[in-house]
Amino acid sequence: MRVLHTDEIAAAVAQLCVQANRALPADVAAALAAARRREEWPTAQNALDVMLENLDAAREHCLPICQDTGMACVFIELGQEVALQGPLLSDAVHEGVRRGYEDGYLRKSIVADPLRRTNTGDNTPAQLTLSLVAGDKVRITVAPKGFGSENMSRIAMLPPAAGQAGAEEFILQTVRAGAPNACPPLVVGVGIGGSFDAAPQLAKKALLRPLDVPHPDPRYAEMEQHLLEEINRMGIGPAGYGGGTTALGLAIEAAPTHIAGLPVAVNISCHATRRAQTVL
Amino acid sequence: MTHRLQTPFTRQALAPLRAGDEVLLDGVIYTARDAAHARLVQLLEAGAALPFALPGACIYYAGPTPAPPGRVIGAVGPTTAGRMDGFAPRLLEAGLLGMVGKGRRSAQVLAAMRRAGAVYFGYVGGAGALAAARITACQTIAFEDLGSEAVRRLTVKDFPLTVLADAAGGDLYQSGPAAYLAWKNAQKCGENQEV
Repeated sequence: MRVLHTDEIAAAVAQLCVQANRALPADVAAALAAARRREEWPTAQNALDVMLENLDAAREHCLPICQDTGMACVFIELGQEVALQGPLLSDAVHEGVRRGYEDGYLRKSIVADPLRRTNTGDNTPAQLTLSLVAGDKVRITVAPKGFGSENMSRIAMLPPAAGQAGAEEFILQTVRAGAPNACPPLVVGVGIGGSFDAAPQLAKKALLRPLDVPHPDPRYAEMEQHLLEEINRMGIGPAGYGGGTTALGLAIEAAPTHIAGLPVAVNISCHATRRAQTVL
Repeated sequence: MTHRLQTPFTRQALAPLRAGDEVLLDGVIYTARDAAHARLVQLLEAGAALPFALPGACIYYAGPTPAPPGRVIGAVGPTTAGRMDGFAPRLLEAGLLGMVGKGRRSAQVLAAMRRAGAVYFGYVGGAGALAAARITACQTIAFEDLGSEAVRRLTVKDFPLTVLADAAGGDLYQSGPAAYLAWKNAQKCGENQEV
């Protein structure tokens, strides 16, 4: 067994919170730049220029890209040959978020209770997703999620007869209704299958996949490509002001489901789709 | 077309603005989002004084990140305006003339804007680091307990905005995509159109 102290995990989480908020992952930044080169509509070119200049401004002034530094979604893949020492893993993750958001001058956007709505003041708790994997490594991904786009996300429990066409219709409907509010060009995560709770988790997981990596199953890869083209034909455009760039990418994750169901979840993300990763 | 505007606004100054126009704004704007709006409307209903004078004022739907040492403000892009739709008509009745945000507004807000002669402006969502460069002063003036959601008085210089909805009923979220799609369609049909 490899022994790892959870203080190391807290330190890594703190560092990833700051890193993720100040710079886009290379694939998202590249997709934004490529969209600018392709875009033909002047208003849309201007809006994309502002987004690209904003990335430079964030780097130059050590500021977050966006003021909504999000709910800290933390994904940990824990190798089952790792023996953890020290504080409880979840406490270490919260401690990392607390430190990262304080030291990195990030916004504290979490309320302790959804109805009482008192801010916790340190952006905790994190939204922790833990999975056990083979090996003796710990992979940590921090994906801060803004709620302008999170609020535009939806789930549908479709009948199996709806099939791929029904799933596509729901995905496109969700994007059409939500895109103008969600800081387009969007990144769209889709989860198909599982149980009611599993589909949105699949959709969130889809947002973690680099934009230049298609689904390994050709049927889903084609569906991703087709849906992305349909979305970019809507004309909503960057910032919703009109244009040919409404989404930068769309990823689907699928999972086994029940004979009676076809759950489809759509997790909308913005042009500032942030994630940072490290392996301990 | 690009307009130069200064706060506080008057109906007359805003009247020529049309959805899609560009604006460079100078002056003072006030940040307020969900929690602050609930309190502002409570104060109005109670007949109490507001933390700033509403007539001619401009509200920025935003909650900044903390200012790092040596900076005026952190990242400060707009939040989704639609969440304030339930409060906006009451504030417009009381004299509010400008709102800065992102995203669609309800038919009720657009109608209240027409009655008030008010304008809804946009700054590109998610460009918070760039917006910070146009802000020369920032002071928290009310509801400090709300943290990022407190009301702040921002002094802006050459703040570049787009008119999203004007006082005559124009709405860029309708007209912008429609204009693009019409151009795209004309292009497809072989008409040689200049952008």
